Amino acid sequence: MIKQVISILEKEVKLEWRNKTAFNGILLYLVSTIFICYLSFNLKRGQMQIDTWNALFWIIIVFANINGVAKSFLQEGEGRMLYYYTLCKPHIILSGKLIFNVLLSILIALLGFVVYAVIIGNPVNNYTYFLLTILFASIGFSGVLTLVSGIVSKANSSTALMAVLSFPILLPILLMSVRLSKNAIDGINISVMNDKLFTLISVDAIVITTAYILFPFIWRN
Amino acid sequence: MRKIWWKIIGVALVFYTLIAGLLIEAPRLAILNETIRAMHFHVPMWFGMVIMLTASVVFSIRYLRTGNLKYDTYAIELVNTSILFGILGLATGMIWANYTWGAPWSGDPKQNASAIGMLIYFAYILLRNSITDPQQKAKIGAVYNIFAYATLIPLLFILPRLTDSLHPGNGGNPGFNAYELDGRLRMVFYPAVIGWTLLGVWLTELRIRLSFIKSKIDEED
Repeated sequence: MIKQVISILEKEVKLEWRNKTAFNGILLYLVSTIFICYLSFNLKRGQMQIDTWNALFWIIIVFANINGVAKSFLQEGEGRMLYYYTLCKPHIILSGKLIFNVLLSILIALLGFVVYAVIIGNPVNNYTYFLLTILFASIGFSGVLTLVSGIVSKANSSTALMAVLSFPILLPILLMSVRLSKNAIDGINISVMNDKLFTLISVDAIVITTAYILFPFIWRN
Repeated sequence: MRKIWWKIIGVALVFYTLIAGLLIEAPRLAILNETIRAMHFHVPMWFGMVIMLTASVVFSIRYLRTGNLKYDTYAIELVNTSILFGILGLATGMIWANYTWGAPWSGDPKQNASAIGMLIYFAYILLRNSITDPQQKAKIGAVYNIFAYATLIPLLFILPRLTDSLHPGNGGNPGFNAYELDGRLRMVFYPAVIGWTLLGVWLTELRIRLSFIKSKIDEED
């Protein structure tokens, strides 16, 4: 079973590696959005208010995630879905896709952070908690987006529908992350942050568990 | 007209709420003053909404287990009534907030959370409308309904408690104690919750019957 998951993961990575259009697309998307923000705020380096910095960062990350992770099921054709269906159980497909999407999502967030920090400035104080927030937010984002992308692939597969369906569901995770990263930027006492981190982790757990329970139903037809 | 008794109880309780809620003597509290009467009309909307959304999720689960389209009709109509209750809840809340907080929308966490909750269920309706095949529509709809409910719970019950809020019933208390509900208010409040919920269920039942009749007429055509 683990072997099957790994081979699906391998296939996703290979596919991504061979036609780098998707990944380069996301990278360019990130860089250009950040640059547009930089220009339209008319900034000098390190001039942005911390609240704005924080909110803008997470909004950019969410949009990049929706663009990057959304295609995980949308790119699969009808025939290929049927082929997977004959090969293995839905949980294995979901695991493979989910692990790949989590990795992709973390990569997007880290790259986004580096570019953002270089161009707009970097007020972060507590890096451990900032990176932990990025990690758990990415897990939550990709959990939601993987399942919603599965749902949309069964509907009429429009990207507009993808955004509309995932925005409100992403919001609890987004709000928690924005608060946590604000605390990490301010370098607030750790005990305050631990509470919020646990809430974020439990929201992640809820999302991933429901995704595993529900995925077989959208898969089966 | 079978099982008419609970409809009579529902209507009687709502009339009792209207008369007693507006006429019975209310406790004098600072700032709240007479606006505490809004509690008999505003809070039951949320109670009714959450109860009906829970019922809707139960029917969605039963649909996924049995594949009987009847349960799907129950689920969607319950969501429709919940949205009506949610809009009424937001409206009554905004009227109340206008007099006590000075503005209809002051960015209170509970206000924001309930607005996001509405967005989630509007997305659910949109998703259902975008699929034509009835079985497919029911299945995808049920999956999204359960997933949305699972993320709505942290949004409505956990997140507002983590932040400071102007809303009565905050600071770790689940809703009631901060009202300093005394006997007189309680005598109206609990019947109000039951009455409004019964009214909502009646509304839903009518819509379900209408939908069954419509599908029967479609079959005959």
